[in-house]
Amino acid sequence: MKSNKLLDAKGLTCPMPVVKTKKAMNELETGQVLEIHATDKGAKSDLTAWARSGGHKLLEHEADNDVLKFWIKKG
Amino acid sequence: MTVNTMTAKELTEKIFNKEELFILDVRNASDFADWKIEGENFDYLNVPYFDLLDGVEGILDKIPSDKDVLIVCAKGRSSIMVAEMLSEAGLSVSSLEGGMNAWSEHLEPVKVGDLKDGGEIYQFVRIGKGCLSYVVVSNGEAAVIDASRMINIYLEFANRIGAKITHVFDTHLHADHISGGRKLAEKTNASYWLPPKDAAEVTFDYQALEDESEMAIGNTSINMHALYSPGHTIGSTSFVVDEKFLLTGDILFIDSIGRPDLAGLAEDWVGDLRESLYTRYKELSGELIVLPGHFTIIDELNADGSVSKKLSTLFETNHGLNIEDENAFRKLVTDNLPPQPNAYQEIREINMGKIDPDTEKQREMEIGPNRCAVR
Repeated sequence: MKSNKLLDAKGLTCPMPVVKTKKAMNELETGQVLEIHATDKGAKSDLTAWARSGGHKLLEHEADNDVLKFWIKKG
Repeated sequence: MTVNTMTAKELTEKIFNKEELFILDVRNASDFADWKIEGENFDYLNVPYFDLLDGVEGILDKIPSDKDVLIVCAKGRSSIMVAEMLSEAGLSVSSLEGGMNAWSEHLEPVKVGDLKDGGEIYQFVRIGKGCLSYVVVSNGEAAVIDASRMINIYLEFANRIGAKITHVFDTHLHADHISGGRKLAEKTNASYWLPPKDAAEVTFDYQALEDESEMAIGNTSINMHALYSPGHTIGSTSFVVDEKFLLTGDILFIDSIGRPDLAGLAEDWVGDLRESLYTRYKELSGELIVLPGHFTIIDELNADGSVSKKLSTLFETNHGLNIEDENAFRKLVTDNLPPQPNAYQEIREINMGKIDPDTEKQREMEIGPNRCAVR
């Protein structure tokens, strides 16, 4: 899936994946897509809930071995 | 800036002492709704940490200044972040060390009674998950029943009281938590006992725990008498220890009874469950002290933190023991069952020795309450 920016959050533990995602999202325009790679297992439920509460849209997520990948569209 | 931390042990004492505490749980709303820290005099506020990244000003007026405040998250890092923010805003708060992970793994040993000739029986209260395991000690020997996967706790305990673990038992094949029984037995060269009817698919050697098996712990007269009591699982076995205590496993709890469905055979096992509770247990002395495999709600804790009641009292007060109509009973234990424990099928496979995931994965599978009871 196409994205406007890639955030590498691999190796970071909670709360850093969400903290970094929020920061990266601030630099995007509405409608642009941020791709996030993370290894913290809690990232899935937290990023999903965070996106919902911030009005963003989680377009897709997948697990590639130990790496969790997310595509979030800025709302 | 450093913030105050509270350990799972300190938090357990607050629950046992019925102290007041205000818990700010910063996990997701769904995780909080699924499972939280329970205390009789605890108040709660749930705001996910990611809604506080821009600041905590919005919640300051919701946090009381006249009681202790504890911040809780899944692993104990986000709670530190939020605790720091609140401390900078002038509040005095603590963070739960290790979060819900540590909470799930904490065991608190409580002595529940003396046995003949100086023996003792201890209940290990896994307060976060509601699981209960037992250590019976006599004359320098110890038996462990329904051990959790945190086996170091039993090893250290045995070491501290100068006892050697010689027998390890599981009352049944567990579905809500990962048994430490086999590993504990391997570490101590103890024998590991399982009911054979629950062990049809296990991949390791074990000693068959049959009805009427008798085990002596220590070289005195502490006697453990196995009592076949199927229903939660087909192999479920209870123990009568020293003619004084009845370890019921997941058949009978204080305010509820075992659910028969976690191995997928509710309809088949409901009759066994009824017979165990209404016939086999009825034949036992009402003076026996029931020591169950779980508690479900915090009200089931006695004043000292232990979970136990006289069998005769349970026959009077436990709703599940007082349903005369067999069909009504059948309906109770097969309809409207609570959700199953998290990852219960994989947990059963681990307990059979079929899979052996790493500790992190095991920890994740055990997240949440035990959910073994129907009320």
